[in-house]
Amino acid sequence: MTDVKMHVLVCGGTGCMSSKSQEIIDNFRRCLEERRMDQEVKVIVSGCFGFCEKGPIVKIAPDNTFYVQVTPEDVEEIVEEHIVKGRKVPRLLYVDPKTSEHISDSKHMDFYKKQMRVALRNCGFIDPENIDEYIARDGYMALGTILETLTPAEVIDKVKSSGLRGRGGGGFPTGLKWEFASRYSSEQGKYVICNADEGDPGAFMDRSILEGDPHSIVEAMSICGYAIGADKGLVYIRAEYPLAVKRLRGAIESARSTGLLGKNILGSEFSFDIDIRYGAGAFVCGEETALIHSMEGERGEPTSKPPFPAEKGFWGKPSNVNNVETFANVPAIFLKGPDWFSSIGTEKSPGTKVFALAGKVNNVGLVEVPMGTTLREVIFDIGGGIRGGKRFKAVQTGGPSGGCLTEQDLDTPIDFDNLLAAGSMMGSGGMIVMDETDCMPAVAKFYLEFTVEESCGKCTPCRVGNKRLLEILEKITEGKGTPEDLKTLKDLSGVIKDTSLCGLGQTAPNPILSTLDKFWDEYVAHVEERRCPSGKCRKLISYRIDPDLCRGCTMCARKCPADAISGSIKEIHVIDQDRCVKCGACMDTCKFGAISKI
Amino acid sequence: MSTIKSLDELKKIRAQMKSATELREKGQEIEKLVQVKVSMGTCGIVAGARETLDGLMEEVTSRGIDNVVFTQTGCMGYCHSEPTVEITLPGQDPVVFGDVSGNRISEIVERYIVEGELVDGVIPVAYKTIHE
Repeated sequence: MTDVKMHVLVCGGTGCMSSKSQEIIDNFRRCLEERRMDQEVKVIVSGCFGFCEKGPIVKIAPDNTFYVQVTPEDVEEIVEEHIVKGRKVPRLLYVDPKTSEHISDSKHMDFYKKQMRVALRNCGFIDPENIDEYIARDGYMALGTILETLTPAEVIDKVKSSGLRGRGGGGFPTGLKWEFASRYSSEQGKYVICNADEGDPGAFMDRSILEGDPHSIVEAMSICGYAIGADKGLVYIRAEYPLAVKRLRGAIESARSTGLLGKNILGSEFSFDIDIRYGAGAFVCGEETALIHSMEGERGEPTSKPPFPAEKGFWGKPSNVNNVETFANVPAIFLKGPDWFSSIGTEKSPGTKVFALAGKVNNVGLVEVPMGTTLREVIFDIGGGIRGGKRFKAVQTGGPSGGCLTEQDLDTPIDFDNLLAAGSMMGSGGMIVMDETDCMPAVAKFYLEFTVEESCGKCTPCRVGNKRLLEILEKITEGKGTPEDLKTLKDLSGVIKDTSLCGLGQTAPNPILSTLDKFWDEYVAHVEERRCPSGKCRKLISYRIDPDLCRGCTMCARKCPADAISGSIKEIHVIDQDRCVKCGACMDTCKFGAISKI
Repeated sequence: MSTIKSLDELKKIRAQMKSATELREKGQEIEKLVQVKVSMGTCGIVAGARETLDGLMEEVTSRGIDNVVFTQTGCMGYCHSEPTVEITLPGQDPVVFGDVSGNRISEIVERYIVEGELVDGVIPVAYKTIHE
């Protein structure tokens, strides 16, 4: 046992870092030094704990106290009370919204109860910048054991029998993909490529894994290299992820300096090294052929498959592309065995899946659950239900390529096939929750704006077709749509899906099709009644002052940014509809509830 | 760190590094561990609580007991019997021992932490706190 008696883990993920966690870390170090306790209390900058809603998070070990929404000013009190005197600081503990009780241990929080962390096993637990901590958690043991005891073919068999499927979206069996790549000869080189070009709006699981546990990716890529006979690995990562890039680069360097990357790893015949390639953050570059072109310095445009990258990939050489989360599962499969892995989750989708839970849900954050957990469990048990007591309306899964699911789908056990059957998809795991105030045509418009912006423009259906779809959605949300527009939306969507060159175009109309299918009435209300049932589309709503309730306090008129409200003190006020910009400021200001939205 | 040349070496390093994350791993199952809290108010420190804490840790380490975690705490109010130590065995109520120094250190480790039998010098808990 060392002299260290306590560990203070401060979240160093991008989310918490942007709410001053660096200052919290500095304050802890300073406070502990002042009290000459810096030798016995260790401050550790960890990866993401997942509970981003309540960040910055500070966890204290060994008593497992979980402090939420900590500010730099709170540090003094935590040190004085908790670390010196052994008393918890109740005001910084998580309060259960249902029971109003303080919960000091993350194990007892609803947010964590149903989670199972496989890909995120080390996130929020180890210091991602310290290779020793990764080794202490069995890091590189899977690689070491494989090099000593298994042939490449046996490695592939084990991945196959674990049933792991690609977590980037498609769900293709990983072992099979490795097997394809292993078949091609590698005399002029073969590559293992890690796809860290996470582009779905609202998704941040890959970033968090790279920030919180970068060595797991280095180790998994090496395992893949051994299995398929490659000696070179490349991580394609978007440059907008500076912290992930920094931690990954650090991990590669420390692995290299300890001989875990490079020539003759752990005394074996196997040599492997990893380089980083930066992307500029284009959605389509997540598609493997576009990603490879981008790495070669070409425009990040996809080409049709076959040939698959397994045959002709980077520089025309056989290449295997897997996403970050897929790789993160690999060392765990070898540490615990393929049977263990396949016993988790559902029959056809074994293992767990990380979701980036966002939108109108109480607990926004990173959530890892066994496949087969229902949407209801994720949104209501882990996510804590809908924000502000509003009603659940829909959940969008799979990013722009996915679709919206409704109340009827809530009890669907989440896995690749069930989500597809329900009319959406797994995608990379973005999960955006919507409430009754969200307008579905406007949601579809939001996703179309994204895909139109991100289309590479190479093929006409995607470049022109999606633009037309967006224009129609704009007409509808402005109250200028016609019933024919709804038909055109449907027909054109089908054509774009059938004729686009790559996955981006083939899936771009999905948000429209799924909302048309499930929220048809809402579209009809927009085009036939010129009405937005959720009160979201500005052009279709108006604010009115109820003369019976107005007291003439002048508050609304003073707040109105467009000078659209007239009336003098103690007289009934009126909104000039032509000048009104529909910001709703008047309604928020009125103390008498006299203003309503219709 | 120098280069790791074999799986055996990696295993050795893992064993050495285990202690780096040990506290955190233990923390996940804190209710299954023996928790030892040493009172470190001014009175405690003057009475030798620091030596007591070091002695307890040494005793536990030398016996190879690995399910004990140590914390320090402020004055528990039993200034008359410093150094005082509160020990919580898994699933049991905390027990406070007074005058823990010298031979009593090994006696408490041997008889209470290992065997689970009470030793003389237990201070009855005389108050309630708002956290109960």
